[in-house]
Amino acid sequence: MKALLTGLLEWTDTRFPLSKLWNEHLAKYYAPKNFNFWYFFGSLAILVLVLQIITGIWLTMHYKPSAEYAFASVEYIMREVPWGWAIRYMHSTGASFFFIVVYLHMFRGIMYGSYKYPRELIWILGMMIYAALMAEAFFGYLLPWGQMSFWGAQVIVSLFGAVPWVGEGLAQWIRGDYVVSDATLNRFFSFHVVAVPLVLLGLVAAHIMALHEVGSNNPDGVEIKKNKNAESVPQDGIPFHPYYTVKDIMGAVAFLFVFALVMFFAPDFFGWFLESSNFVPADPLKTPEHIVPVWYFTPYYAILRAIPDKLTGVLAMGVAVMIFFFLPWLDRHPVKSIRYRSTLYKLALGVFAVTFVILGYLGTQPPTPGSAELGLRLGELYFLWFLTLWIYSEDRPASYYGRWFVTLLVLMLVADFIRFDPGKLGLMLLSALLPIGYFLLFYLGPVFRPGLNASKAVPERVT
Amino acid sequence: MRVKKIMLAAVLATLPVTGMAAGAAIGLLEAKSDLRDKASLQRGAKLFVNFCVSCHSASLMRYNRIGQDLGLSDEQVGKNLMFAADSVVDKMTVAMRSDNATQWFGVAPPDLSVIARARGADWLYSYLVTFYKDDDPARPFGVNNVVFDDVGMPHVLWSRQGIQEYVKGERPENVEFDELHALEASGEDLLLLRQLVLSDGSHVEAVDRLKVTQAGAMEPGQFRKATRDLVNFLVYLGEPAQLVRYKLGIWVLVFLAVLFALSYGLYKEYWKDVH
Repeated sequence: MKALLTGLLEWTDTRFPLSKLWNEHLAKYYAPKNFNFWYFFGSLAILVLVLQIITGIWLTMHYKPSAEYAFASVEYIMREVPWGWAIRYMHSTGASFFFIVVYLHMFRGIMYGSYKYPRELIWILGMMIYAALMAEAFFGYLLPWGQMSFWGAQVIVSLFGAVPWVGEGLAQWIRGDYVVSDATLNRFFSFHVVAVPLVLLGLVAAHIMALHEVGSNNPDGVEIKKNKNAESVPQDGIPFHPYYTVKDIMGAVAFLFVFALVMFFAPDFFGWFLESSNFVPADPLKTPEHIVPVWYFTPYYAILRAIPDKLTGVLAMGVAVMIFFFLPWLDRHPVKSIRYRSTLYKLALGVFAVTFVILGYLGTQPPTPGSAELGLRLGELYFLWFLTLWIYSEDRPASYYGRWFVTLLVLMLVADFIRFDPGKLGLMLLSALLPIGYFLLFYLGPVFRPGLNASKAVPERVT
Repeated sequence: MRVKKIMLAAVLATLPVTGMAAGAAIGLLEAKSDLRDKASLQRGAKLFVNFCVSCHSASLMRYNRIGQDLGLSDEQVGKNLMFAADSVVDKMTVAMRSDNATQWFGVAPPDLSVIARARGADWLYSYLVTFYKDDDPARPFGVNNVVFDDVGMPHVLWSRQGIQEYVKGERPENVEFDELHALEASGEDLLLLRQLVLSDGSHVEAVDRLKVTQAGAMEPGQFRKATRDLVNFLVYLGEPAQLVRYKLGIWVLVFLAVLFALSYGLYKEYWKDVH
């Protein structure tokens, strides 16, 4: 039996690089031995991708992409297809968990500087995956054909109408109709089940190939390939298989436990994963009082909503997503990992994370004057982080920070002057404390307490 | 290290803890639905087919599925639940034409298959028990509703509940703003707690009540219990899979917990030689 299998492997290897692939990507792929908790999310993202594809195939067997039958066919899956409810909940819970996993995966990359040389392309491919994933989620959310599906799509597609001159025509071309309709549903279905998944799979393959070409970063940001032994194996590296396969299996089981907790006990997750108004069939004649996208889009939605001018808002929202592509060139600091970067850098990243979460929350709430103002200020902090990254890339003289401090203060005042509204004077003054505090801390802090912006020495080997 | 802890605390502190509730945030009556109570579901089903299905459909649900889930045979379903269908495998449709319905009620009665998921059990319960007499000639059926103002639906359960009257509580003269913020059951009556803002800017509370002035076939407490049965049934109707979902979920979690222990052991075994 063993001889037969060995023979079969040899037969295959002369015709297909099976052993070669196995070795290059698993058995002889050396990963740093010091991966921590944050390094589970890459393999978990693959797990969720596979889960979404498999459950998606089964859902497609029973779902009907037509304005007349879509809503009922989803409920048919929930009621009459054997195990249909489980498959549907896996898919709907999987959509939200995909974003949870991907956001944590991205945050890991930012914390440990995984986008820096030589991993810029891995980061860019990852960002393309993220963009494709957003498209996938957006198209998929229309399919249940509930009120929020319909009106969410209506709002987002109408954003293209803000493009000067061709906007309305463009929005109509995307919808295939004057409003979101059967034609829109059919094409979104096609994108959701064929076009975008193909793109996603290709990008994921490229992302992993690029990663395995340069090797993984790690929480210390030390290049393990710089310390190799006589057999030219990295001294701080361990073969991905079996070490990280067994570790990732453990991570996957823990993840599935949390996943099952949501899927079986709170699949709508208190309105965050499945919105209650999406259990009302789409009605083009009845606009819901309060249209909200699903949570994973709401940080950007909050930025869009905070800006009074529609075109500027759409641009700001687009830039808020696209700016991540440029991270490798915005942050050129030689120290990769947050462990060895300055106190102020850590604080700035913390502020950014908090800003992102609060923006996400604001995006789910009905707008009030107070929350719109807060959203605008947090939008300012959001973009300031990218500038701070760029400025913190080098040691700068005190005068340089001083110039930026004054420039930013003036820019803020100009922006506030343009949007000045006497009725909101108090609110504007109060909320201005946020950016002003940010300028003081991050642009005058390094001047008066240079120690706060000093990096630590990076060790030679991983710890 | 300290910075890291502060960062983590800051992130955790901002995590939104409250979910998004449907509709305005008023304190509703609690339906306390319990799908394990089969008898309650059966009573609710009976009320549903007697009072709701003449106008509302539940077109995504079949009669025999209800029977299977609630422990009723096909004969029992046929005898007790089927007034609007010929076959036990039929879906719960309605004979009324939607253009007629629009003419009679101003709006076609919505399908109730997933109404509990759209509205929530507490809202449905509060809605069904807060119809009150309204003599405004603009109200076609002489009633109005506390949680759904100017609703098109008549008070279908009036023969059970009787007629409730809206008794306004005492309040000062200089009220600028008057808003319902919570409902509460108190003995026979339903209390409507309202928040007032006076012209001097101070906040006070006023209590209005709904009082049954013309008795129905049921005592107020009895009626509320029956309505909770009905809402319980609607919650089941919204997602029949709930009956198996929780039970199965426990076993899946137990399985995963065991699998985690095994995978953790495997990980430890492999990693003991990594230093």
